[in-house]
Amino acid sequence: MIVLKNISKIYPINSNNTVALEKISFKIHPQEFVSIVGQSGAGKTTLLRLLLKEEEPTSGEIFVDGQDLKKIKFKDLPFYRRKIGAVFQDFKLLSNKTAYENIAFAMEVAGRAKEEIEEDIPEILKLIRLTKRAHHFPYQLSGGEKQRVAIGRALAHRPVILIADEPTGNLDPLHTWDIIRLLSKINEMGTTVILATHDREIINTIGKRVITIDKGMLIKDEERGKYLA
Amino acid sequence: MWITFKRIIKSGLQSFWRNGWLSTATISVMVLTLVVISILLMTNLTASAVLLNLQNKIDVSVYFKLEAQEEDVLVVKSQLEKLNEVERVEYISREQALDNFREKHKDNPYLIQGLQELGENPLEASLNIKAREASQYEAIGQFLEGIYYTNIIDKVDYKQNKEMIDRLSSIIANIKIAGLTLSGILALIVILVTFNAIRLAIYSSRDEIKIMRLVGANNWFIRGPFIVEGVLYGIISSLITLGILYPVFWFVSPKISGFLPIEDLFSYFQANSLALLALLLGAGIVLGIFSSFIAVRKYLRV
Repeated sequence: MIVLKNISKIYPINSNNTVALEKISFKIHPQEFVSIVGQSGAGKTTLLRLLLKEEEPTSGEIFVDGQDLKKIKFKDLPFYRRKIGAVFQDFKLLSNKTAYENIAFAMEVAGRAKEEIEEDIPEILKLIRLTKRAHHFPYQLSGGEKQRVAIGRALAHRPVILIADEPTGNLDPLHTWDIIRLLSKINEMGTTVILATHDREIINTIGKRVITIDKGMLIKDEERGKYLA
Repeated sequence: MWITFKRIIKSGLQSFWRNGWLSTATISVMVLTLVVISILLMTNLTASAVLLNLQNKIDVSVYFKLEAQEEDVLVVKSQLEKLNEVERVEYISREQALDNFREKHKDNPYLIQGLQELGENPLEASLNIKAREASQYEAIGQFLEGIYYTNIIDKVDYKQNKEMIDRLSSIIANIKIAGLTLSGILALIVILVTFNAIRLAIYSSRDEIKIMRLVGANNWFIRGPFIVEGVLYGIISSLITLGILYPVFWFVSPKISGFLPIEDLFSYFQANSLALLALLLGAGIVLGIFSSFIAVRKYLRV
């Protein structure tokens, strides 16, 4: 379960304060599929960065799985991040590792045994339908394939939460649906999915909970929501 | 723990190999600087060997008048031996001087005949003095002028050699200072250049480092492979450096040995090559580790 209490994030830029998020509060229950929508610059990415503890909120509290993010020490950060899978618009794959190695890397950092990795990866590859291209490097893969590798990597830790920040932002419609279907499937298998997007069609089709953010403020939170422009 | 270590090593080797061009560039820079510093080091060593050689050839001889008593000469000898500046004193008696003369000129029948016609030994007894430092002959010369036995001394050949000795001792001092300064400056350049080469190599991986943090890798898991790469840079570049220097010295050595009073530069290099390799390896590895460590640190703050 994820709880945000009165979260604000202010970036001080040349003594001019830019407010990215203002007093945001909501809860996300286990195994939910939540879309966070809003136009570019609304604060979606900032919100997700706070969840990954890439940045600290200026004020307010975040609890993930009962854990207060503020209290996680820097050296324990890797352990926290292994509970969360993250997918980004620009894929963020390791360019000199193959698809297989990218997924294996996430398992290796957690110190998982070799046998376990060799057992798990074929299953993940099957799920993301990339078995045939497992030993290709990112530059040899298409955008959709790269994003599938990224999702595969995010799943490697068997995370309880999957955070996807505009995962379809760089993809054509065909691949977009491919990714969305994959995320839905992962959600059905029991993982909480948080999807940030500004794609109206996606939101209207999924028909799940939608949290709408505008200019850093939460303006709407509804079950089976629709995108309002 | 062990599996993590193995993975770090493997990952380092892999990224070394896959970033082939970057590795090549970094290693070339390191090789260049290591070659320069090794040549300077060898030049320095050679120069001091040559100077030591020359220095050993300098000595001062004191010749005593024919009528001087042997015991008086021996007193002078023991007085000289008490001086701090004196390394050793060799006494050459009149008879020994004659023997030496005969030995030296045995192929010259005229001289030997002339000596026989003379009937008596015309050669003077002498003391051969070696100082610890070339600059100390002056002090020894002054000492000899001031002692009680001055009247039995015929001549001190220090004065004839004075100019040569003075010049040599000032050259020795200058070379030592210049060599040290130059080595210091070059060492600093090497460190800076290597550090920057490695920093650039790591700069190109800054995004990857951030990604690794986001995937949940701890800092040692990220830093490790870079340090492995740094060590590899160090090992490979020092081996290449030695590989370059070996034939260079093999080729240059006979040409230099011709006009320098040193036996054989190449065998000198060969004898010291193990120490040189150890030095290069040590320097290369320490530089690699240190630079990687510092350079990665900056990108680990996510």
